[in-house]
Amino acid sequence: MTERPDLRTLASDLLAADAAKIAGLMLAIYVTYILVGVILGYSPGGMVNTLRRLTFLVAIYSMVALALNLHWGYTGLFNIGVAGFMAVGLYTMAMLAKPAVPTGGAQYAGLGLPIPIAILGGVVAAALAGFVVALPALRLRADYFAIVTIAFAEIVRLLYTAAPFQEFTIFGYTTGTGGGRGLLFNFRDPMVGLYELPIFEGATAFVNRFIEFSPSQAQAVLYTAVLVVVLAAYYLLLKRTGESPFGRVLKAIREDEEATNALGKNTSAFKIKSFMLGCALMGLAGILWQFRRAGITPSAFRPHVTFYIWIALIIGGAGSNTGSILGAGIFTAGLFEGPQYLRRVIGSQISVGQPPGTFADAVGPMFALNFQPIVAYLFNNMLTLQFVFMGVVLVWLMQNRPEGLLGHRTETAAAVPLRRRSDETAEALAREETEEASDR
Amino acid sequence: MSETLAHEDESSAESERTGEGVEAVLRVEDLHKNFGGITAVDGATFGVERGSMTGLIGPNGAGKSTVFNLVTGIEDPDAGTVRFQGEDITGLRPYQVANRGLVRTFQIVRELPNLTVFENLMLPAKAQGGEALWRSVLPGFRRRVVDEERALRDRVWEVLEFFEIAHLAEEKASNLSGGQRKLLELSRALMLDPTMLMLDEPFAGVNPTLQKKLLERVEELNDEGRTFLVVEHDMDLIMNHCEHIIVMYQGRVLTEGTPADIKADEEVIEAYLGSEI
Amino acid sequence: MGGPLMAAIGESYSRGRTVVEERPFEVLVGLAGLLLLFDLVSGMATGRYSVSRIGRFVWDGLMYGLIIGLAGIGLSLTYGILQFANFAHGDYITSGAFMGWGITYVIAGWGSANFGHLLLVAPQGNVTGGLLEIGITSTPFAVLVGLVAAGLATILLVLLLDRIVYRPMRDAGGIPLLIASIGVAFALRYLVVLVYSARTRGTTLRQPGTAIPLVDGSLLVDAHDATLLVATVALMVGVHLLLQRTKLGKAMRAMSDNRDLALITGIPTERVIRWTWIIGGGLSGMAGYLMVLWTGTIDFQFGWLLLLLIFAAVILGGIGSVYGAIFGGLVIGIAMRLSLVWLPTGDFDLVAAFGIMILVLLLKPQGLFAGRTTA
Repeated sequence: MTERPDLRTLASDLLAADAAKIAGLMLAIYVTYILVGVILGYSPGGMVNTLRRLTFLVAIYSMVALALNLHWGYTGLFNIGVAGFMAVGLYTMAMLAKPAVPTGGAQYAGLGLPIPIAILGGVVAAALAGFVVALPALRLRADYFAIVTIAFAEIVRLLYTAAPFQEFTIFGYTTGTGGGRGLLFNFRDPMVGLYELPIFEGATAFVNRFIEFSPSQAQAVLYTAVLVVVLAAYYLLLKRTGESPFGRVLKAIREDEEATNALGKNTSAFKIKSFMLGCALMGLAGILWQFRRAGITPSAFRPHVTFYIWIALIIGGAGSNTGSILGAGIFTAGLFEGPQYLRRVIGSQISVGQPPGTFADAVGPMFALNFQPIVAYLFNNMLTLQFVFMGVVLVWLMQNRPEGLLGHRTETAAAVPLRRRSDETAEALAREETEEASDR
Repeated sequence: MSETLAHEDESSAESERTGEGVEAVLRVEDLHKNFGGITAVDGATFGVERGSMTGLIGPNGAGKSTVFNLVTGIEDPDAGTVRFQGEDITGLRPYQVANRGLVRTFQIVRELPNLTVFENLMLPAKAQGGEALWRSVLPGFRRRVVDEERALRDRVWEVLEFFEIAHLAEEKASNLSGGQRKLLELSRALMLDPTMLMLDEPFAGVNPTLQKKLLERVEELNDEGRTFLVVEHDMDLIMNHCEHIIVMYQGRVLTEGTPADIKADEEVIEAYLGSEI
Repeated sequence: MGGPLMAAIGESYSRGRTVVEERPFEVLVGLAGLLLLFDLVSGMATGRYSVSRIGRFVWDGLMYGLIIGLAGIGLSLTYGILQFANFAHGDYITSGAFMGWGITYVIAGWGSANFGHLLLVAPQGNVTGGLLEIGITSTPFAVLVGLVAAGLATILLVLLLDRIVYRPMRDAGGIPLLIASIGVAFALRYLVVLVYSARTRGTTLRQPGTAIPLVDGSLLVDAHDATLLVATVALMVGVHLLLQRTKLGKAMRAMSDNRDLALITGIPTERVIRWTWIIGGGLSGMAGYLMVLWTGTIDFQFGWLLLLLIFAAVILGGIGSVYGAIFGGLVIGIAMRLSLVWLPTGDFDLVAAFGIMILVLLLKPQGLFAGRTTA
């Protein structure tokens, strides 16, 4: 009777519970959106597109939320400059990967490096940006740290927008940020190798027999599948980070930095490492987020992105990796995509009429008890209303559920479960006991 | 390596002798600290004998807690030196001081509230390979980290049992009573296997039963050869359990000696009375 | 005779050396600042830099600084007394400006367009401030009433938000409040878009001004510059008197220094908090109004974009300090514009301002007026 199998089942139970939560949520989201698709009369291809887009967004936001959870949930580093680190990752990657000789409409030259190296470069650049921010800012209070990070993110965005860096020459290489006009991604998609695989082509052809499914759609689905795998890697990495002596020190810093220092831990070094790792992961997520777009402009990295991720993290409850993913799922399906689909569903069922041009024209008729204009106006401005709603949700969460929608977390800060004796000792003891018994 | 160390020990030992020719494990020399014009410590000088149980007393505002902070690196002194086991540790960061075997507890307990008692104790252990991120994460190395953690887990259980708080292992530290937290903090400090422990009012606010338990543990650890420097306001405790007492007053050492000496010292009585009027 | 002098020199030398050793970064930044100042002065003396251009930068910087300082007072007070960084402050400024300008449009454009359209600061293109000939010289009454309305409306808005959002969270601590304020900021900003639309519009008519001759050119100062100067200084003096001459000021200082102690000593904390919001909200609404009067345009994000500069000013001046906020605002405003002497145009002045703020946070997080909170 050894304890080892128990341990394994315990561990796999736990994993299953977390995985089940995520799978359950995703299933619920899919079912809801399939219903929405049915109401809207989507073609099967359109339906697949809808679900793929959802999965894509959930995967990306989950990655960033996980990275932010490392900063805030584990280490207590109040980073509200998330967008900046994502931008550094993506821009560095693009500038490294763009061909050295610009062709056609692709205005600016890059360094023409292979994509994997460019991605690595982007991730390293984001980590270094994290180092530059964290090193001096380590001693600051949380609110000052927050202000430094958001100022950094805004500086990054302004610099990528600035005309002088549109194209510049450094060490004999010419490259550029494209300024406000942005950059075109005129490099070869490294996924092409995958698309050309017979197994992929075969599968696409097979699916095409039932529903119309273009190769580009199929490629997008494959890319999203790759992202899900990357997300799993993020999760595993951060779970291991949390459940380790390293993670234990981070959590101790979050609780009381001075006490942790007095217990023999070089807290500054741990904070820098944690911050850099998180920034690197944000940089990678930034790259993966925009990778398949035709190009990028700095406006993609407005503070909104940071705001989204914070809402996702707080919904899931800071400190929990599973929560980060669940939060990202709820945020994406409920707050980010939800209102738009809701609008379409309502629009498909009833006619709200012509919206008035201004708020005044919408409100005025209310005094004559005519509510059609205001409804139509709000309906027409759902995109704006959505931001208002997000803000309200964040306030509501902070007032009522500061620990997250999912309640209190239980987190482990050790690489082994808590038990009285380690397996070996227990086994040895058991053996001794049986030997003693047999001796008698 | 060991030769030079031994040599250093020898030469330093010469200067680290207290009056009676016994080695001082901690030597504080002419320590000064100002806070915005207010002098908190004003030339404090004293030594703590190896293996002793030394008390540090004085009226409120005498500078005891500041001395603790200066010695353990929480604050940097304006002037003066701190030597521990012959090594100059002035101005070292708190973690460097702790890793040299000089560990403190705080006047107001600094438990890590959202971690369990068990995790609180796991934290301070020295030389944890898993504190290097890559070892904790990379597949092949993770296994070794897990093994290390198993060994550490056994040690934590031993310490928990020694302090009779094993039944609290899974509790969040924030759920503990004040006295239990004091036990937690002491046991956590012990995880660093310190040469010397500095306790800042370890018995304040602890009920008599727990106080007795705590005291027994401290004496047991003292018998093992660990040095203690204790700040405490309960005079009976100090007089009955410390073999040497240092009295601070207005940032300086007023006098020091055996409990009997201190009891008889009029200056001390005056200092205490003066502060009360 | 030389003995004591030498000793004194030696002492100050060694003290200087200790400063260099202990605060190398501060010394470095100080040196860099001096170098820039030297370059500026020598450049103007030798004609390398155009004096009138630099005069323009300083004057613009002063205008910016006054707005930042005025808006900063409120942020500094709430930061000091409620102990949290209010990220919604920038959107208070925007909301106040829109509400005030709506009133100005209604008065100036009475009869020339639909009332609702005017109240919403003409969200659609057929009416503009220029068309209505709005300006301090052409429609002084509309501008003054609009300014007051901006202050009053913002006070109401801010009190309402305190009641709904912040009051239930009084004891939540600085970080949850900060996060909640980010939510308020977004909700408010997009409510502004919903009500007033996302369009950027011109609000004023070009004003007459005088050209002040400056060595190699001239500095044009118009009536709106003057209005801004007079209004902000008057409001700042008003706040100064309010805080120095009334019991309220004393209570605010006490609360800013030590909230728990203030509670114990029987200071009516809720009332003090309400007055903090009233002062801060009123000033930020009016600062927003004046900013729009001065720049001649209004859009839904200008307050948010101003917010980081205001944080920079407040932190530079020392959180909780009213005079610090004003001083910090002037320093940030002028430094930001002057940076364009060396930096290319574009948004580099903002980059410079944020950079200054980060430097301040790193070198002197307690601010320049540390320890002299509120007053």
